[in-house]
Amino acid sequence: MKLFSLLFTKLGVVFTLCVLWQSLAWVIASSDFPSLLTVLKSLHFHLTEGEMVSNLFITLKRALLSFIIAMVLGGLIGILMGMNSLANKLTDSLLIIMLNIPALVTILLCYIWIGLVETAAITAVVINKVPTVVVMIREGSRAVDQNLLAVAKIYKLSPSKTFFRVFLPQLYPFIIASARSGLSLIWKIVLVVELLGRSDGVGFALNTLFQFFDIAGILAYTIAFVIIILIIELLFFKPFDKIVARGKRFD
Amino acid sequence: MIELNVAIKDKYYENSETAVLSQLDFKVNSGEFLAIIGPSGCGKTTLLNMISGLESCVGQHISYSSNSSGNRFKKNDLASDCSKSEYLENEQANRIGYIFQQPRLMPWLTVRENIELVLDPTQFNKIEGLLAEVGLAQKGDYFPSQLSGGMQRRVSIARAFAINPQLLLLDEPFNSLDAPTAGRLRKLLLDLCREKKTTVVFVTHDLQEAIYLADRIIFLSDSPCTIIHESIINFPKPRTESGIAELEFQAKLTRQFPLLLAGKID
Repeated sequence: MKLFSLLFTKLGVVFTLCVLWQSLAWVIASSDFPSLLTVLKSLHFHLTEGEMVSNLFITLKRALLSFIIAMVLGGLIGILMGMNSLANKLTDSLLIIMLNIPALVTILLCYIWIGLVETAAITAVVINKVPTVVVMIREGSRAVDQNLLAVAKIYKLSPSKTFFRVFLPQLYPFIIASARSGLSLIWKIVLVVELLGRSDGVGFALNTLFQFFDIAGILAYTIAFVIIILIIELLFFKPFDKIVARGKRFD
Repeated sequence: MIELNVAIKDKYYENSETAVLSQLDFKVNSGEFLAIIGPSGCGKTTLLNMISGLESCVGQHISYSSNSSGNRFKKNDLASDCSKSEYLENEQANRIGYIFQQPRLMPWLTVRENIELVLDPTQFNKIEGLLAEVGLAQKGDYFPSQLSGGMQRRVSIARAFAINPQLLLLDEPFNSLDAPTAGRLRKLLLDLCREKKTTVVFVTHDLQEAIYLADRIIFLSDSPCTIIHESIINFPKPRTESGIAELEFQAKLTRQFPLLLAGKID
């Protein structure tokens, strides 16, 4: 019952926003502000006759690939920096530099140095994302409870058992937080990367639509991709939340 | 069964001028229940951590000798400037159980998984029996957060006994519990120790608790701590917590050394 009413509220909000959009579009009546219906028509057109499906898939593939690489790499570096004070001292200033290099600069340099290829695109996205993952995982591994690690040492747990059953579960909340913020950041950067140097994907399509001032088309692509991200969120992150909540007090 | 020899000269913390422990020599006989009493902050936990190997004991002498293999004087030097590999080998040879002040269970593992954690898969079949022994037969699938403080202690006791420890270290384990719960857990501890014939080092600041549990009590001074007194408790177990003999023993001791618990002999 509670779940049902929550769902009802959420749908109500979405519906109100749609109505608001549609009526605003009627009032303004400008070609720069297409109505919801126009956008949906455009969405239908791009889905059935355009290359939207393949573009969405290509972008999604790039986003997920760079997401996985960035999470693994950032996680490993973050744990190392959190556990080892020497490694932290050596790389701390580098981390701050990396955090503050504009995404655009990394993308441009990757295209120049590696060439206008897929590797360059993925590398650029990964370089943009890794520092933020590192920052969060580092904080997590600094906060790890030494008392529990002492238990692992006393009872002579193997290194892999200590890592996966004692150490890593304490990092789950930090990993989830950086994954959540990570996916949204990554797909935005992927679009810029595509816009600047790829001839397919959502970013490339948006650029083309922009040349024709096809605002309905731009909004249609946005809606399509947001829906995909929402589905990923539901399918992949919700189960993770359950793992993180394991053993927490059930009130 | 295992015998423990401790000979500590001076123990300093890193970046600290003053010693935590000074001259500290004692021996725990195989199967003996030794209680260590000292004022809070005197370095009791440090001492236990050194015995367990959590704290570095380079330059100190802490050794185990086991008489189980018939070779009574097979000495294992734990740390007297020994090399790393030797130290590790030693750790393999001696199973130490440690019951901390806090239960220190993994909150993301169930009670059963917490005990499985310290065991080989081949030994999983003994978990049920162990849980029954500590009175948690029905609680295997609960998470620690769903248990009371006393039950969490029971799990940590079960975990310590799961590895069949040759040496069991306890650091004020019943500190924050109400009196009846603590009493029940003390009895449980005694029963398990008698059954498994474990050598025990029990740190506390509660004289009555020590008299109830131990075969021998060592009293420590304030920091840097040394041994100021030693008394042997030779009346039979099981004892009662506020039995006449126990209370008389306690009264005699406090009359003789009024400041004993504060770490002073005069």
